[in-house]
Amino acid sequence: MKLFEYRGKELFDKYGISVPNGKLVNDEKDFSDLKFPFILKAQVPIGGRGKAGGIKSVENKKDAKEKLSQILGMDIKGFTVRKVLAEEKVDIKKELYMSIMLDRSQRTSLLMVSGKGGMDIESVPDDLIFKEWINPFIGIQPFHIRGTISKLKLEKEEGKQVANVLSKLYKMFREYDCELVEINPLIISSDGDVIALDSKVTINDDALYRHSDIVAENVELTPLEKDAKEKGIAFIQLDGNIGVIANGAGLTMATLDALTHFKGDGGVFLDLGGTDDPEKVKQAFELMKKAKPSVIFLNLFGGITKCDTVARGVKAVISKEGIDCPVVTRIKGMNEEKAKDILKDAGLITAATLQDAAQKSCDLAGER
Amino acid sequence: MSIFVDEKNKVLVQGATGHQGVFHIGEMLNFGTKVVAGVTPGKAGQEVHGVPVFDTVMDAVVETDANTSLVLVPARFAKDAVFEALDAGIKTVVVITENIPFHDAMEFVHYAKYKDAILIGPNCPGIASPGKTKIGILPGGIFMEGNVGVASRSGTLTYEIVNSLKEKGMGQSTCVGLGGDPIIGTTFIDALDAFEKDKDTKAVVLVGEIGGTAEEDASEHIIEHISKPVFAFIAGRTAPPGKRMGHAGAIIARGKGTAKSKIEAFEKADVKLARFPTDIADLVEKYS
Repeated sequence: MKLFEYRGKELFDKYGISVPNGKLVNDEKDFSDLKFPFILKAQVPIGGRGKAGGIKSVENKKDAKEKLSQILGMDIKGFTVRKVLAEEKVDIKKELYMSIMLDRSQRTSLLMVSGKGGMDIESVPDDLIFKEWINPFIGIQPFHIRGTISKLKLEKEEGKQVANVLSKLYKMFREYDCELVEINPLIISSDGDVIALDSKVTINDDALYRHSDIVAENVELTPLEKDAKEKGIAFIQLDGNIGVIANGAGLTMATLDALTHFKGDGGVFLDLGGTDDPEKVKQAFELMKKAKPSVIFLNLFGGITKCDTVARGVKAVISKEGIDCPVVTRIKGMNEEKAKDILKDAGLITAATLQDAAQKSCDLAGER
Repeated sequence: MSIFVDEKNKVLVQGATGHQGVFHIGEMLNFGTKVVAGVTPGKAGQEVHGVPVFDTVMDAVVETDANTSLVLVPARFAKDAVFEALDAGIKTVVVITENIPFHDAMEFVHYAKYKDAILIGPNCPGIASPGKTKIGILPGGIFMEGNVGVASRSGTLTYEIVNSLKEKGMGQSTCVGLGGDPIIGTTFIDALDAFEKDKDTKAVVLVGEIGGTAEEDASEHIIEHISKPVFAFIAGRTAPPGKRMGHAGAIIARGKGTAKSKIEAFEKADVKLARFPTDIADLVEKYS
């Protein structure tokens, strides 16, 4: 789960990493304890908000009121701004970059620092980014910190403070099960303080159960996706109009790929996973109906999830509520004959191969 | 021959008495797997399909000489279960459990390396060497003894591919499900090295997906170290960035992990790529 900037900064504060003086603001009453000039920052779980006009500097109360009303409710890459963070300005002497993330290839934490802060790290040349890989059993050691800090060519006192931030950030990364913690920029102020001006924190969803203080703000999910998540169903809404139900993430992706090959567009990714419970299939199929695709494409390879189990769940929904879009099925594997028997009177379109089924789905979707 | 597992693996199942445990112990016994023990704390003395259940892994190892563990426990107990197995001297651990916090996986993957053990998974369907053993939840009926090695990040997609190989009369030396998580114990590179050494493997099939750089890493390794023909399928060519496609590992984040980059890497390594999963069998037939 991606945290909003202000939530990430609450965690920084908890770990003793300095952040600018600031608070969430809803209207002008909230400005009273802030010193002008300050900055209004839209809270959205996506980058590029500055370019989209989601960050504005304000000089006085009137200015602040006007700009706040512009930002609140603004749409940034599909996210509506509902929260705005106001932060007092800091005089910047130097901008640094610091992050810790999961390195999948090395299977360790990867620490990165750069003297080129404030810009997109993807655009910083590799030789200006300094990396250390941290084995989980030794954790961050003084030598890691000395090594990275020495590359930044800071004054002695600054170096000490940045080192301090680094070890606190690592502690937070591990204790809060983070996938990513990024401070960009981490600044050295003209007073010599080291302050995190931004925060990007992603917490591993699978570990949220042990962090009861992190409030789930699933702002990235559509209402149906949220519903699916609560039911434990892997369900993602996409831009197209063909709803795909398959079992297994890989097979579901491969099915969407096949649709694209035949010039169709997947509208829903629904992975039944390894369930063999007709009730769960029923819930999944109901969700799919609610997404209102033009065509539903059911692609099954039965193993642990038996074909007839899925057929039963699908049949239950269709016989109770009917279905108002064509359903193309391609069913193979464990108990496929039983499944075909269950579905034979349900008015579904059958196909023998993935290619054939994908072609049929795309043709039907094109007609509607 | 085969890689990683064969008839010498004596398997204990951690999480033996749950619904999954009972079902899959039965399935593995049917396949011919030597399942010698189950472990569920507090359930010592029970039996599952005639297999004795113990309270601890150590008790099971002392009584049965088990050398392999299949981990089916819920995610929040998985780290403890893997550590317990490794400390009891288990040398092969297959972790089926999904949704394990990756900081936990990071720890047990490193501990397995320190203990010189093979760790497969987490969030994987397991491993099968047809005619010898099956350790995991893969459906037994799809396999056939033969010379194609399969390593995959996906589950069902693998069954589909294995099944289509069988329909063309091509069996498998070993089929290993590596797992769909960002942090896994055994990688494409480990599997490729093992298949390269295995005299019964004539061709290797890799089943990849978007997310991470496992396919790119594998491609570089193939160029330098692998002489056997390699075939691949990649799922998620059309997946949008930032959306997690079911598997925790299947996500295009920060511009990395796209299918395009994987396809280019494989082409550079002269790996033959299939457009549809079932085309793999045609390619293997044609080129090996």
